[in-house]
Amino acid sequence: MNRLSPFNVVSLVVGFAFLYVPILLLVVYSFNASRLVTVWGGFSTQWYSALWRNQQFLDAAFVTLRVALLSASVATVLGTLAALALVRHADFRGKLLFSGMIFAPLVMPEVITGLSLLLLFVSIGFDRGFWTVTLAHITFSMCFVAVVVQSRLISFDRSLEEAAQDLGCPPWKAFLVITLPVIWPAVAAGWMLAFTLSLDDLVIASFTSGPGATTLPMRIYSQVRLGVTPEINAISTILIAIVASGVIAATIVTKRAEVRRLRDERLAAAENS
Amino acid sequence: MAEDGGAGGRIGRAVSRRLAIAIPYLWLLGLFLVPFLFVFKISLSETSYGQPPYAPVFALDSLAGLWADIRQLSFDNYAWLFSDRLYLDAYLSSLRIAAISTVLALMIGYPLAYAMARSPAGWRPILVMLVILPFWTSFLIRVYAWIGILRPEGYLNQFLLWTGLISSPLSILNTETAVYIGIVYSYLPFMVLPIYASLERMDGRLIEAAGDLGCPPWRAFWAITLPLSVPGIIAGAFLVFIPAVGEFVIPDLLGGSQTLMVGKVLWDEFFANRDWPVASAVAILLLILLVAPMVALQRYRDRAV
Repeated sequence: MNRLSPFNVVSLVVGFAFLYVPILLLVVYSFNASRLVTVWGGFSTQWYSALWRNQQFLDAAFVTLRVALLSASVATVLGTLAALALVRHADFRGKLLFSGMIFAPLVMPEVITGLSLLLLFVSIGFDRGFWTVTLAHITFSMCFVAVVVQSRLISFDRSLEEAAQDLGCPPWKAFLVITLPVIWPAVAAGWMLAFTLSLDDLVIASFTSGPGATTLPMRIYSQVRLGVTPEINAISTILIAIVASGVIAATIVTKRAEVRRLRDERLAAAENS
Repeated sequence: MAEDGGAGGRIGRAVSRRLAIAIPYLWLLGLFLVPFLFVFKISLSETSYGQPPYAPVFALDSLAGLWADIRQLSFDNYAWLFSDRLYLDAYLSSLRIAAISTVLALMIGYPLAYAMARSPAGWRPILVMLVILPFWTSFLIRVYAWIGILRPEGYLNQFLLWTGLISSPLSILNTETAVYIGIVYSYLPFMVLPIYASLERMDGRLIEAAGDLGCPPWRAFWAITLPLSVPGIIAGAFLVFIPAVGEFVIPDLLGGSQTLMVGKVLWDEFFANRDWPVASAVAILLLILLVAPMVALQRYRDRAV
């Protein structure tokens, strides 16, 4: 174990202050009684109740939630399949193109991805709205899922599944019974990532959505351009709270699963000896 | 293969294998690759007023028609991009802002990653989690948070005036400085995590050996630690640089009208001017600009795996 030098302590404090102070200020000032966002006027939850009465925000939140749930679920299935294809199949025709298409959306500027999907939908005459946003979100988030699941699959011992198949287990069943439980934490993390990416996306949604399908980031963005308001602080705080509790819960669950697995393995080893 | 698996098992395996590849493959072809061909196609068409706001290029009804269409393709949109200084300036300033932001992110990210890798083993998972957590919260909200800090009457100016460091408010919002802050803040986890990964893997005995041989700590860092973390630095730099070049939200919300970046130009061409062919040409040139760093990063990752 190393002892931290003063320089390292300063680096940690400065680095994490930089990451967290802006978020903390946002959260604190969402409970500000004053209409002026940067002047403290006492504690109040009035902006949260104002939010609750704001039908536009509620509608946008509902659209966003439906898009995110649907796109994260489909993206998780497609991304897991893509990860299997990348890890399991040493070579198939067009593998280079395939891995390129998995990788490119991760770093592609969103304006290009959004523009290209919009031009596709217009060219084939597909009316923009809920479905076009959902299709767009599935497409880019499945690539993130694929990368997350891929890293877990690489370390998976394939002989277990092969043994099951040799004993007559059909491949899909071998996958469901043996592989999936082992890679499950990565699949769940992939779903979470896809869900938050969809919840968060402004640029691609702006290009691909149509009338009646305004998402929450689009609503927030148009509000922010008009000026900073305490309502936006309140909605931001709610979103931060949801995501933070989700991530913390997921961490605890996977930790527990890990502990249980280790315990089971130890028990099995003890019985064998 | 076992006897009782038989031919049925073999066929089942082949079919499921094909499907597992084909479904995501076809999805990405249809919704990722083909759309780029549409962008390319429309970048070669003529601007027109109407719905949709471009003249159709390919009718694809007959081979003769196709040839006629090809002869109609115009590179006017590209010529236009090179004739107007605005576009060239936008590309150049995007590259410059992304490069400066990458260097700044490295200067903040490296000490942080180093300190994380040097902290007690029990802390490390928690510290990594703390770096990742902001990445899970909304990008738009994190950029928005900086508006409140950087405004003339914002928290930063209030604080500086209160401490007496300045006597009149600084104007940071709507300048390039605000864009640097926004990019570094938003993409810092992308810089810290790869560097941390390469430093954490490092064998601590190398430093001890250097110390035993009389090497002062700063030289050990310079001769051993830094070179060993170069892969992490390169990966982190690409992960910050590439998305920063095409960034739209940060220059739009923090940079004001003075900051020129290509992502914003594309957005304005598309939504404000409704000039879809020119917007497409801007996108194609941006893509060409980014292909080299993207391929370099992909190769780097393949070697690392």
